[in-house]
Amino acid sequence: MSEPANADIQTGLAEILEEVAGVAPADATPEKSFTEDLDVDSLSMVEIATAVEDKFGVAIPDDELANIKTVGDAMDYIQKNRA
Amino acid sequence: MSTSIGDVVVTGLGATTPLGSDVASTWDALLAGRSGVSRLTDEWARDFPAQLVARLATEPSTQIDRVRARRLDRSQQVAVVAAEEAWRHSGAADAGVDPLRVAVVFGTGIGGALTLLGQDDILEEKGPKRVSPFTIPMLMPNGPAAAVGLAVGAKGGVHAPVSACASGAEAIRWGLDLLRLDRADVVLVGGAEACVHPLPMAGFASMRAMSTRNDEPERASRPFDKARDGFVLGEGAAALVLERGDAARARGARVHARLAGAAGTADGYDLVAPHPEGEGAGRAIAAALRDAGLTAADIGHVNAHATSTPVGDTAEAAAIRDTVGEHALVTATKSQTGHLLGAAGALESVFTILALREQLVPATANLDDPDDDAAVQALDIVRREPRKARLEAAVNDSFGFGGHNIALVFTTA
Repeated sequence: MSEPANADIQTGLAEILEEVAGVAPADATPEKSFTEDLDVDSLSMVEIATAVEDKFGVAIPDDELANIKTVGDAMDYIQKNRA
Repeated sequence: MSTSIGDVVVTGLGATTPLGSDVASTWDALLAGRSGVSRLTDEWARDFPAQLVARLATEPSTQIDRVRARRLDRSQQVAVVAAEEAWRHSGAADAGVDPLRVAVVFGTGIGGALTLLGQDDILEEKGPKRVSPFTIPMLMPNGPAAAVGLAVGAKGGVHAPVSACASGAEAIRWGLDLLRLDRADVVLVGGAEACVHPLPMAGFASMRAMSTRNDEPERASRPFDKARDGFVLGEGAAALVLERGDAARARGARVHARLAGAAGTADGYDLVAPHPEGEGAGRAIAAALRDAGLTAADIGHVNAHATSTPVGDTAEAAAIRDTVGEHALVTATKSQTGHLLGAAGALESVFTILALREQLVPATANLDDPDDDAAVQALDIVRREPRKARLEAAVNDSFGFGGHNIALVFTTA
């Protein structure tokens, strides 16, 4: 579960998901799979990665992006790599 | 041919245009003589020689879901809006048509120019990593056809004719062929265009193809008029649902008209300029009449391509006079819609079908003083107000840069 320290990450990620893929913010919870639960396709994942870089200053290389399956995975990656 | 495989009818119509957000509002505005043309107020247009455009009456972003819209180029958005209207009105989906037997043919002249140019700006300003992953599917010229295919779940083939300003008409011809060859049971056909942007505007203006009557936007598009000085770029889309007559009647569909025949030719003359006597255009019209099993005397109405360019209109007038004759009621609806390039043939086919259905020919706006050209003088061009008539068959012709000529023949249902 998200700790208070990364609550802003979940909120920011939810904003990105809503903008890019029309995901309702309430649905952007850590256990959700991008492809299985949220219907986010591979091209949208590329857009999400770009938006994450803009919002959090965290670039996600392609090989790392392939390992990000859930909203929680993305939150963890941002948390670890954020300056 | 009423029960043969060659009996093809129109059961659905859709459009989004400079005159309206759908077919009904567009037709009403056309009959009322309203113009879709306005002068650009954008900063970039200030020094442009030609500053006139026919913008959409309704933004497609208000007609389709935001998330869906952001993955579609504007040309795809208008294609989807028009196609969904036609599809809905045809009732084909509710009739349980097999998706494997549904095909799409949707043309465009320019394609995803706004995406291409917009993403090039991003490339220049921010670098390659910032270019959208949707760039290619949004700019490809089969994009409108593909987006329409996806919207209606067509699995019987999706095709995209690209023949400049004949593309929309060519799509209708291909649709007829698919049905005649029994490659599909229902075909959603049409054309889409949305390229109001400095580069296409500058390119057309450099060809001296556009009207520069900047101070009188609504008077600028004036086909067949002595004072015409070029076309006005328009944006929008139109769509038709085609199917075989026996199947349409069996499911109780409303039949708007029959698509009785079609033909295409090439000028083989010049890449851009039309043959001055409309030789290739005339061959297309004559071949379409033969294909429909009709003679010139049967044709009561012609919706002309007539873009308001000095050479194009007279060449077409000669083609119409020499093939259809002087008796048919001719109209040039680009006088109000502007020139929708790859959507023009589809939109003007919708107008041709409505003219047959309503027995009413829309007027050509701004035709104050017909050209002295002998062929223009010979034609009965409807002007000032729509004219009622007994119509049984009508021709819609379309021509494109590249020497493409398409003629379509529609008859009453």
